[in-house]
Amino acid sequence: MRLKLLALGLALVIAAPAAVTAAQAEDGIYIPLMSYRTGPYSGAGIAIFNGMHDYLNMLNARDGGVGGVRLIVEECETGYDTKKGVECYDATKGKHPVVSTPYSTGITLQLIPKASVDKIPVLSMAYGLSASADGNDFPWVFNPPATYWDGASAFIRHIADVEGGFAKLKGKTIGLVHLDAPYGKEPIPLLQALAKDYGFTLKLYPVPGAQMQNQTSLWLDVRRDRPDWIFMQGWGAMNPTALKEAIKVSFPMDHFIGNWWAGGEDDVRPAGPEAKGYSALGFSGVGQNYPAIHDILKYVVDKGNTQTPKEKVGEVLYNRGVMNAVLIVEAIRGAQRLTGKKQVTGEDVRRGLETLNITEARWKELGLPDFAAPIHLSCADHNGHNGIYLARWDGTKWSKASGWIEPIKDKVLPLIDSAANSYVSANAGWPKRSEACDKSS
Amino acid sequence: MLYREVGQYKSSYAADMAVFPILQDRIGIAVILVIAYVVFPLIGNDFLLNTILIPFLIFSLAAIGLNLLTGYTGLLSLGTGAFMGVGAYACLKLTTIFPHVNILIWVLVSGLFSSAVGVLFGLPSLRIKGFYLAVATLAAQFFLEWCFIRIPWLYNYSVSGAIEVPLRTFMGVPMTGPTATSLTRYLAVLTIVVVLTWVASNIVHGRIGRMWMSVRDMDLAAELIGIRLFRTKLLAFAVSSFYCGVAGAMMVFLWYGGAEAEVFAIDQSFLILFMVIIGGLGTLIGSFFGSALIYILPIGLRLIPGNFGVPIRPAAAEQLTFVIVGALIIVFLVVEPNGLARLWQIGKQKLRVWPFPY
Repeated sequence: MRLKLLALGLALVIAAPAAVTAAQAEDGIYIPLMSYRTGPYSGAGIAIFNGMHDYLNMLNARDGGVGGVRLIVEECETGYDTKKGVECYDATKGKHPVVSTPYSTGITLQLIPKASVDKIPVLSMAYGLSASADGNDFPWVFNPPATYWDGASAFIRHIADVEGGFAKLKGKTIGLVHLDAPYGKEPIPLLQALAKDYGFTLKLYPVPGAQMQNQTSLWLDVRRDRPDWIFMQGWGAMNPTALKEAIKVSFPMDHFIGNWWAGGEDDVRPAGPEAKGYSALGFSGVGQNYPAIHDILKYVVDKGNTQTPKEKVGEVLYNRGVMNAVLIVEAIRGAQRLTGKKQVTGEDVRRGLETLNITEARWKELGLPDFAAPIHLSCADHNGHNGIYLARWDGTKWSKASGWIEPIKDKVLPLIDSAANSYVSANAGWPKRSEACDKSS
Repeated sequence: MLYREVGQYKSSYAADMAVFPILQDRIGIAVILVIAYVVFPLIGNDFLLNTILIPFLIFSLAAIGLNLLTGYTGLLSLGTGAFMGVGAYACLKLTTIFPHVNILIWVLVSGLFSSAVGVLFGLPSLRIKGFYLAVATLAAQFFLEWCFIRIPWLYNYSVSGAIEVPLRTFMGVPMTGPTATSLTRYLAVLTIVVVLTWVASNIVHGRIGRMWMSVRDMDLAAELIGIRLFRTKLLAFAVSSFYCGVAGAMMVFLWYGGAEAEVFAIDQSFLILFMVIIGGLGTLIGSFFGSALIYILPIGLRLIPGNFGVPIRPAAAEQLTFVIVGALIIVFLVVEPNGLARLWQIGKQKLRVWPFPY
C-alpha cells in the first residue's frame, strides 16, 4: 500500500512538468528579472531586485507603465547558479522578454552567444564580460555605465588626485585584494599596464573562492609588504572578512578602496565602527533623497506592495537596482520613440539601448537629479565608460565623497578592443554585425 | 498481467545470460528509444530539450561514470566534478589545436585525457580505502580546480577566464556554438549517452564487471582467486573518469556553450554522488533515476505554483523546493535504502506475480 502511494506520488510529481502551458498572451511589455533572493549571495540579490522591482512597479502605479503600456515584471529565481539561470532564460524565452538581466557573470557568459540568436538584448549593468562594451562585435550586449577596467582606472585616478598628481605614484606600492576567479582577476591586466606607465609596484593578494572567510595569512602578507593603497575587487562574504582583517593589521581605512561590488551596507556593517573611512566605488546615488525614490515610497512601499522594508529603501544596492530599472525603461522609451509602436520587442529595445542618452537634464526629469553620471551609448560603444564616484562609509551609512571621476579611457579602450578581438577570434563563426545603426537621439 | 514471462522459454545460454531476458523489457527499451529519438524531437520545445532532457542525459552519464567506480568497484570518489572539468578543458584544447576534426570525436577523445588523470589520482586507491580514498580524491578535486583557474593556457588565455565554445559543424549543421539548435545538440547527446550506456552495460555484465564487483565485495578474497587488484582498481578509475570526462565535455560544449571553472567545483562532485546514492549503487538504471530525481524534480516543483496559479513568490517557491526535495530524498532512502533502482526492481517483481502477493 505504502509503495503504491509512493509510486502514485512520484508519478504525479514527475508528470507535473508536462503540465507546462504556454504563457497567456497578456498585453504588456514583459521584463523577466533573474533574481537571487536565495543562496550564498542573497544578501546583495535581495536589495538589488527589490530596487528593480519597486521602480518598475512604481511606474505601473504612477504612469500606468511606459508609454501607456503596462510592464509585466516577473522574477525567476536563480540562486546565483548558472544552471538555474539558463533554465530561467529558457523558461521565460517563450513570453517574448524585451531584455535579459542575468546578474551573474556565469549566466551572462551563457547568454551572450544566445542573445543575437534569440533577439533578446543582454543588459549586464557593470558586470559580465568587459569586452562586450565593443558594440561592433557584440551588437546585442550592453554593459553600461562602466567596466571593471574603468573602475580600476578611476581608483588610480583618485589616488593620483590624493597624492598630488600621477607623477607622485612613482615608487608607491599598490595592493589588489581580489577574488581568485575570473571576476576578481579582471583588473589585473589594466593595473599592470598602469603600473608600468606610472612606475608604481602592483602586489596581488588573491582570495580563493572557498577561502573567502579565511584571509588571515593574506593579511599577514599585507602587513609585511606595507602597500600604500589597497584596491579590493571583492564579492560576497569576502568583503566584510577583508575589512575585519584589515582592521586587525591596522591598515589605514582611508587608503583602502573597494570596487562597486564591495560597497554595500552589508559588506561593511559586520566589520564594526572601525571600518569608518573605508570607501568604495559607486555609480548610483545613495539615500532616499530623490523625487523618484519618494514616488516609490508613496506608490509602492506605503501601499505594502513590496517586500522591501521602508528603511532599506535608498541603500546602495537598492538604488543600483533602481538604476538598472531606469536603464531598461529608458531603453524601452527609446525603442517606442524609434519605432513609433507602443508594444516593443527585444529587437526594438536593442535599438533603444544603442541610442540611450541620459543627460544630466534627463536624470533630473526622471526625478533622480545627479543620481548617476550622464550615460551615453552608441553603436560602437555599448558601455560609455562613464563617471564613477567614491562613497565613504561613516560607520553607519554610505555617503558620496567625491565628484564624478572619469576613468582613464585611453588606457581602457585598447584593452577592450584587444579583448573583443580575442573573443571573436576564439569563437570561430562569431556572427558579423548586421544590425543597422540608428542615429543617436 | 501484461508483465509476465509465462511462455518465454530460453533455449540457449546466450538467451539465459541476456541483459533483458524478458520480452516486455526489450519492448520497453525499444519504446523508450522511440520516444527519445522520435517523439521528443517532434513535440519538444527548447525548454524541454535544453533545460530538461540534455542536462538529464549528461548528468546520467556522469552518474554512470561514478557508479562504475563507487557502485561497482566500491571506491569512493569525490573528484567527479574535477574529472568532468578535465574532459571539458581537454575538448577545448583539442578543438582549438585541430579545428577541422569533428567535435563529437573530440568529445569522446577528451574522455581519454580524463581517464589518464583519473588513473593518476587513482594510484592511492591501492593502499587506502573508504574515507581515506575519498580524501585522496578530494585532493584531486582541489588540485584540478586550482589548475583550471590558474593555468591560462587551458582556457586559451581568454580574458574572462572562461571556456568559450566556438562554432563547430557536423556535415554542415552547427553542432556547438550559439547557432546550434537544441534539437541537434539533443540528438548528439542522446546518441553518445545511449552508446556509452550500452558499452557500460556490457562491461559490467562481463568479466571486467565481475572483477570489479568481487573487489568491491571483498578485495582480499578477490586477490586470492587471482584478480590483480592493481590493474582492476586502476581500470575502474580509468573507465569511470572516461565517462565523467565525456559528460563534462558534453556539458560545456553541447549544453552550456561556455563555462567558468566554478562549474566543476566540489558541489558538482557531491551532486553526482547524491545521484548515484539515491538512484542505487551498482546499477545503471539507478544512475538515470538518480539524475531524474535530483535534477528534474526541482524544476518540476518550481513550475507547479506558476502553472496552477498559486500566488507564491519565486524565492519562496525556491526555498520550498529545497525543503520538498530534501524531504523526498529522506523518504526514499528510509523506504528503500538501496536506492530507487531497488524500488524499481521490487515493483517489477510484484508485477510479475500480480495479483498474488508472492
